[in-house]
Amino acid sequence: MATFSHAVGTQTYRFDSLKDVMAKASPARSGDFLAGVAAQNDGERVAAQMALADIPLAYFLQEVLIPYETDEVTRLIIDSHDLQAFATVSHLTVGGFRDWLLSDAADEHSLRALAPGLTPEMAAAVSKIMRVQDLILVAQKIRVVTRFRGTMGLRGRLSTRLQPNHPTDDPAGIAASILDGLLYGNGDAMIGINPATDSIASICDLLNMLDAIIQRYEIPTQSCVLTHVTTSIEAINRGVPLDLVFQSIAGTEAANASFGINLNVLQEGYEAGLSLNRGTLGNNLMYFETGQGSALSANAHFGVDQQTCETRAYAVARHFKPFLVNTVVGFIGPEYLYNGKQIIRAGLEDHFCGKLLGVPMGCDICYTNHAEADQDDMDTLLTLLGVAGINFIMGIPGSDDIMLNYQTTSFHDALYARKTLGLKPAPEFEQWLSKVGIFTQNDGRIEFGHQLPPAFRQALAHLGGR
Amino acid sequence: MADNLNPWLDLRRLTPARIALGRTGTSMPTQAQLDFQYAHAQARDAVHLPFDHPGLSAQLTERGRESLLLHSAAADRHSYLQRPDLGRKLNDDSAQQLRDYALANPGGIDVAVVVADGLSALAVHRHTLPFLARMEEHTATEGWSLSPVILVEQGRVAVADEIGELLGARMVVMLIGERPGLSSPDSLGLYFTYAPKIGLTDAFRNCISNVRLEGLSYGMAAHRLAYLMREACRRQLSGVNLKDEAQVQTLDLEAPSENFLLKGD
Repeated sequence: MATFSHAVGTQTYRFDSLKDVMAKASPARSGDFLAGVAAQNDGERVAAQMALADIPLAYFLQEVLIPYETDEVTRLIIDSHDLQAFATVSHLTVGGFRDWLLSDAADEHSLRALAPGLTPEMAAAVSKIMRVQDLILVAQKIRVVTRFRGTMGLRGRLSTRLQPNHPTDDPAGIAASILDGLLYGNGDAMIGINPATDSIASICDLLNMLDAIIQRYEIPTQSCVLTHVTTSIEAINRGVPLDLVFQSIAGTEAANASFGINLNVLQEGYEAGLSLNRGTLGNNLMYFETGQGSALSANAHFGVDQQTCETRAYAVARHFKPFLVNTVVGFIGPEYLYNGKQIIRAGLEDHFCGKLLGVPMGCDICYTNHAEADQDDMDTLLTLLGVAGINFIMGIPGSDDIMLNYQTTSFHDALYARKTLGLKPAPEFEQWLSKVGIFTQNDGRIEFGHQLPPAFRQALAHLGGR
Repeated sequence: MADNLNPWLDLRRLTPARIALGRTGTSMPTQAQLDFQYAHAQARDAVHLPFDHPGLSAQLTERGRESLLLHSAAADRHSYLQRPDLGRKLNDDSAQQLRDYALANPGGIDVAVVVADGLSALAVHRHTLPFLARMEEHTATEGWSLSPVILVEQGRVAVADEIGELLGARMVVMLIGERPGLSSPDSLGLYFTYAPKIGLTDAFRNCISNVRLEGLSYGMAAHRLAYLMREACRRQLSGVNLKDEAQVQTLDLEAPSENFLLKGD
C-alpha cells in the first residue's frame, strides 16, 4: 500500500493510503466526520484533492480500497473491468481525467464506450475534484436508455415514479393517490409502492392490484412493490404478475449482507424476473435503491468514505442491467448528510458517478424533518438534476409521504421541472396522456384536458355510489 | 387564478395523503403551499424544542413519582443530530450519579423507566404522564417494582440499556420522542429491553411506535407493552425473537376498503 504526500507552500500533508486520500479529499459531510475519516480542516481537504489529482487512473487497478479476497463487490469490480474500454483514458491522472471529461473529446458516444472501463473508485475520485457545474456538465452529455414497457432516459425526457404509499396499504387509499398522480401526468417510470406490511400475502395483493390497474387503463408503465428480493422471488413462484424486481443495495459485501443479500441472491431475483418475460419493449427489470451512508450505517464501510462506498453500489447495480437506480439522497438523516448543501452536492455526485458508470440514475430528492433542509433546497436540487439530465424522480401527493414520514418531490414539482426545462415524460406515456385526454405537451407548454378523462370519470362515479 | 376545480376532491376521504390539491398553472396553489410550510414548521419546531424536564419533574412529583435528571454525552442538539453515538451513552457525571443512586438503593428493581426527548420533546411533554398512568396499572397488577422516572436530555434509544444495566434492572422501558412527520410532530415511541446491558443492538429490543392521539392510543400501547413484558419474563428474552408472536396477539387491522379504480371487473 502506497503512502501519498503533497506539499503546498511550506506545508507537507501525508496520507496513509489511497482510501485515506479519497476520504480526506471528499467535500465535507457529516457522515465522514462520524466515521472519523474526513479531513481535519479545509487545508488538508484541498491538499488531499491535489494529491488525488496527481494519482494515475491506472493505479486504481493496483490498490483496491477493500480487499479482493474478502469482498465480492471488489471482486466484481476488478473481474468485470474492461481494459480495452479503459484504454482511452488509461494514461491520465485523476486531474487529467477531469480535464478530459470536460473537453469536447468526451461526448455521448465516447462516454458510453468508456463506461465499462471505469471502476467506481475512479468515478468517485474524479467527482471529488469537480464542482457542482462540472458534475452537471459531464452528466448531461451522457444518456443511459433502458426499456421495459416504457423507454427511460432519452434526451429531453424526465420520468417519475408515482409513489402512492399508504400507512396501512389500504387499496382504496393507494388507488386515490395513483389516480391523483396520473391526472398530474406522473407515473411513467413506474407505479412503485413501499408496503407498510411485509407479509407475502399483502405483497401479492398489491402486485395484483397494480397489474389490474395498469391493464384496465392500458397505462404504458411498470409496477413495483418495494419488498425484499427474496419476497419478490416468492411472489413470482406463486405466479403473481410482477414487473420490476426491487432491492436496496450497498457498496460492500458486508453492507449487502446486512440487507440480507449477496450477488447470487440478486442474480436469482434477476433471473426470476426475466422468466416472466413481461417487458414489451425491453427486459431491463431490476430496480435498485441506494444512498450515501448505508455502509457506515451497517458498520460495514472499512474506513472508506461514504461517497466512494455509494459509487461501489453502482457497480453492483450495473451488473444486473437495471431498469432504474434511485439514490435516496436525503432519507438517511443529518448524521450522514447534515443540511441542504450536503444533500444537494451528494445528489449531484451520485447522479454523475452513476451515469459515468453507465447506470440509469434517478434520485429521490428528499429530506427528513431533523435535517437542516427545506423545500427550497429540494427545488434547487430538482432544478440542477433536471439540467443534468436525470432519468427519473419521485412523484407523490403534495411532497408528503404519509407512510415513510419524509418529504420528496410532488406531482406538481415534476410538472415544474418539465415546464421550465422543456422536458417530457417517456414517449409511450406521453402518447397515453394525450390519448386518454389528461394533457398534451409542446415543449414547455402543458395543456390539460377540459374535463376528466371518461375512463376515470366512470371510476369516480363508482365512488359516488358507495 | 388557481384552477382549483378538483373533480376528484371526493377521493380525500380515502387517504390522509395530500391529494386533490388543485393547481395554479401546474404549480401548487397558495393555500396548499402554506399549509405544507406550516406542517413542516411544526415538525422542525418539535425537533428543536428544548426538553422541559423541570415541568415534567414537577408534574411527576405531584403524582408522587420520584424522578432523576440525566444527560447524554451529546452536549447540545447540534451535536445530538450529527453524533448518534454520543446520544446513545450517558455523560460521565450522569453515569456516576446513577451508580451512586444504585449504591444507595441496593437490591435491584424490576423495571427501569426512562424518558428521553429524542427527536420530539413535544411528544414527551404531551404523552408521558397519561401513558405512564396506563402502564403503571399493568406493572402494579404484576407486582413489579419501578425505578424513579429517569429523564434524559439529548437521549437516543440505546441509552436506556446503559441506565438499565447501572440500576441492575430486570427490564427497561423507554419513552422517546420519534422523528416528527409532517402530520405527526408529537409521536411517542416505546422501546423495551429485557436484561438490558450496554452494547445491545436493535435486535434485542421491541418497539411500539406512533403513540399519539391520532395514532395508537395510550391504552392499546400499554396493553401491547405489558404483553411483551410478561412474555419477556416468561421466555427471558426480548427483541426479534419475541416480536412476531406479540404482533399476532395484538393484530387489529381494519378490513381493507374496496378499490374504486377496479370496480366492475
